[in-house]
Amino acid sequence: MAKDFKLRNYHQAKWDEPIIFELSSPGQRGILLPKIDQEIKDTVGDMKDLLPKTMSRKKKPNLPEIAQPQVLRHYLRLSQETLGQELNIDIGLGTCTMKYSPKINETFVKNHKFSELHPFQDEETLQGVLEIIYKFEGFLKEISGMDAFSFQPGGGGQGVYSNASILKAYHKDHGEGKQRDEIITTMLSHPVNAAAPRTKGFKVITLMPTETGYPDIESLKAVVSERTAGMFITNPEDTGIFNPIIHEFVDIVHKAGGLCIYDQADANGLFGIARAKEAGIDMCHFNLHKAFSSPHGSMGPGCGAQGVTEKLAKYLPVPVIKYDGKKYFLDYDHKDSIGKVRSFYGAIAVVVRAYAWIMAIGADGLKEVSELSILNNNYLMKKFLQEVKGIGMPWAKGKNRLEQVRYSWEKLKEDTGVGTDDIDRRSMDYGLQGYFQSHHPWIIQEPFTPECNETYAKQELDEYFQIFKKISEEAYTDSELVKTAPHNGSISFIQTGEITDPENLVVTWRVYKKN
Amino acid sequence: MKNNIVYPYMPNSVESIKKEMMEELGIQKVEELYSDIPDHLRFKGKMNLPEPLLSEIELKEHVQGLLEKNISCNDYPSFLGAGCYQHYVPAICDEINSRSEFLTAYCGDTYADHGKCQAIFEFTSLMGELVDMDVVALPTYDGGQAICTSLRMANRITDRKELLVPRTMNPEIFIQLKEFVDFMDIKFIDYDHKSGQMNIEDLKNKISYQTAAVFIENPSYLGFIEEKGAEISKIVHENGALFVVSAAPDSLGVLESPANYGADVVCGDIQSLGMHMGFGSGQSGYIASKNDPKFIMNFPNHFYSLYTNEQGEFGFSRSLNERTSYGSRENAIEYLGTNTGLWAITAGVYLSLMGPLGMYELGENIMYKSHYAQKILSELKGVKILFNESTNFKEFIVNFDGTGKGVVEINKELLKRGIFGGKDLCGEFKELGNSALFCVTEIMKKSDIDRLAKELSEIIS
Repeated sequence: MAKDFKLRNYHQAKWDEPIIFELSSPGQRGILLPKIDQEIKDTVGDMKDLLPKTMSRKKKPNLPEIAQPQVLRHYLRLSQETLGQELNIDIGLGTCTMKYSPKINETFVKNHKFSELHPFQDEETLQGVLEIIYKFEGFLKEISGMDAFSFQPGGGGQGVYSNASILKAYHKDHGEGKQRDEIITTMLSHPVNAAAPRTKGFKVITLMPTETGYPDIESLKAVVSERTAGMFITNPEDTGIFNPIIHEFVDIVHKAGGLCIYDQADANGLFGIARAKEAGIDMCHFNLHKAFSSPHGSMGPGCGAQGVTEKLAKYLPVPVIKYDGKKYFLDYDHKDSIGKVRSFYGAIAVVVRAYAWIMAIGADGLKEVSELSILNNNYLMKKFLQEVKGIGMPWAKGKNRLEQVRYSWEKLKEDTGVGTDDIDRRSMDYGLQGYFQSHHPWIIQEPFTPECNETYAKQELDEYFQIFKKISEEAYTDSELVKTAPHNGSISFIQTGEITDPENLVVTWRVYKKN
Repeated sequence: MKNNIVYPYMPNSVESIKKEMMEELGIQKVEELYSDIPDHLRFKGKMNLPEPLLSEIELKEHVQGLLEKNISCNDYPSFLGAGCYQHYVPAICDEINSRSEFLTAYCGDTYADHGKCQAIFEFTSLMGELVDMDVVALPTYDGGQAICTSLRMANRITDRKELLVPRTMNPEIFIQLKEFVDFMDIKFIDYDHKSGQMNIEDLKNKISYQTAAVFIENPSYLGFIEEKGAEISKIVHENGALFVVSAAPDSLGVLESPANYGADVVCGDIQSLGMHMGFGSGQSGYIASKNDPKFIMNFPNHFYSLYTNEQGEFGFSRSLNERTSYGSRENAIEYLGTNTGLWAITAGVYLSLMGPLGMYELGENIMYKSHYAQKILSELKGVKILFNESTNFKEFIVNFDGTGKGVVEINKELLKRGIFGGKDLCGEFKELGNSALFCVTEIMKKSDIDRLAKELSEIIS
């Protein structure tokens, strides 16, 4: 069967599309504004006389002048040179849970009854949206076992940050704010678990994994102390290996007086199976733009829904959405709150979509999400390890993985000189999105971290591993073909390297034109 | 109980497919695949969630039904602003940000997402022109975060820990700032009570060689245009501090860019550039600086730098990654995560459509209409426009002290008559008395403003 598998003869759109400024044609207009009513002018006088001389713009901004069809065409072409999840098998971006975002949910957030709501409207006029938020909080309490949530954080990173802020407030409240200045995390937890607490002022201690894929108890015992404020940990980490002794980790940190924070950004393998509560966790966050189906939006907007146990609820950002039995309302009266981490109440469009997604599948459906993710992942893992030459799976040999796997192309690189960067670029020639290798630093060489979720079909999983099987064959027979990829993309190979000198940075067209 | 539902979002929920895959793996139940999760960590019960609305018809009816309980700013004209604005959203902005390609892309880079990278490079380039600065990063969570990060940049660059901010600043963003720079000392600079303008004497008294940055909003949260930008800048720089200005992008067709009166860092919220309000979902922040390594290396956000290849093609790639937490974990200058990429693309589309003349006409519409509203509201008995010695842009303070009625009562009455009144300022700025912040954008018609005046006149009579 494998021999007969027909791979796509793919080519991405290639428009050689100019930079928007190059399309400018003086005098053209993309859109017009209303003419000012003469009565208004008569009442107000000339605007030029109103504007303070010091603040009147002297030189108009050098924006392009382009007619409407040409602006549309330009951006449509750029869209065709972008491979959104809806167009392809986006298993490659592991840790990101690139799942289908139901289209019906877009109609809800585009409805003016949502899109034209102002955050400071009278609560009477907001009962529908407040009900959605309040009920969705109830759903997340069930899913996690936590006691209260805030949807204010605008992404997973901000969710971790907001948890770090609560951690700091908690210890300060207990007279240990200065003493407890260290947090512990693991190398395979998302880097923001180190960076966000650091931004909040904590020192960071990082535990390294053992052959099991997670750190051992002894390494944790060696670093906990009266300075430990808390532990920020992902489970399962990027390897897809569930840490089965998480409760022992939690006990050790708790006994030392610290709190435990779960990064559940990628909870897709855990719904209805394992929750933060049973592991003894104090705070967690979910990325609603990942496992809860809201679209990723070319890097946001997202929501890092932040969940805490009852004793920490008083620290959550304000306002909190409440219900008095008759109406929903915004409650700002929380003197212990950390304040605000984002304007208003968060990117609530993300919450509305996630609410609709859960309403569409229910509790059984949520468990099905996780079971299918795990089934898909392990099916793909078997195919990869059996059929793709040169791929390996370090650590925890013979063990299953949950929703994702960190593979290594180290063997292939040794054999052929073709590394993960090359394979990544070549995979795009077959219609795939570039894949996620690993966060930095790499502790598994030549990494590759695909994540299967429940929205991919078996035939897509088969196509996916067949592509890598083919690329592996190419690496062994024609390594230059892989190393010089992509060949079927919007652009050819380009030496991006890692620039280290800020003088070489070109992030605006005006800088490019000056050089 | 066996779950035989076939879920439309889950192709392999068909029993025969599952069975085929399980046979391939030599298992009877999927549970065998996660047997490594110990029993005591398992969730035993069933989540208490509502019964699912499996058909799309029922789901749509349910969610639409909830949304129908809301009254939107399309239902009633709204004079609310205070950080979130109802501007006109060109149809092409919605068209482009609804495209599957952009809506459902994520962190793909140079090749598969070439178009996305170019669109984002164009956003930073267009914003660079609007604010007249060379360096713009990928957007932040919101304008508040942009201000917070800009002021922390000042701390890193100057190695000083004191911030001077205007007492008139957006109170919600002030709460955000206090949270984000809790290791810094923030002091308020007073304002002139007739104009709102910064009290320069108070600034001179408070600034010192401890000051990392002086921050202003222009236009301010309370709507007035701060006129002494250059003078403030001079004082700031004489003290070796940085001048950080939050500028509303929709004002920059008519108002000078802070870069041209001495700002070192310009920041703010881009929601007004093509994003619907969405109950606050449309917020997104920008940060811009001059092309100077000491500024560049203190941005925590991604930069998409432009590269060329032998074929003369442009490509874009994240650059100087060591600054970011993706590059160096806790050694990064601040944490970084998913922000608001889709709004960057949308703002790029917006600025491309508007061009220089569109941005001018936008500012002109806002100036004329908001000044018309000030003029006719000021004629109502007992109503005063505060800070009338300054010029306002888009927002202005309406004081009702002379009417004998409170803002809450007036707004309730307006609501009954189908109008959203201004943001109540009584809790935030007690010294301004019984006042509300009214906002008038380009979408407002003369007839809406006249109607507001008529209804208000009846309410307060």
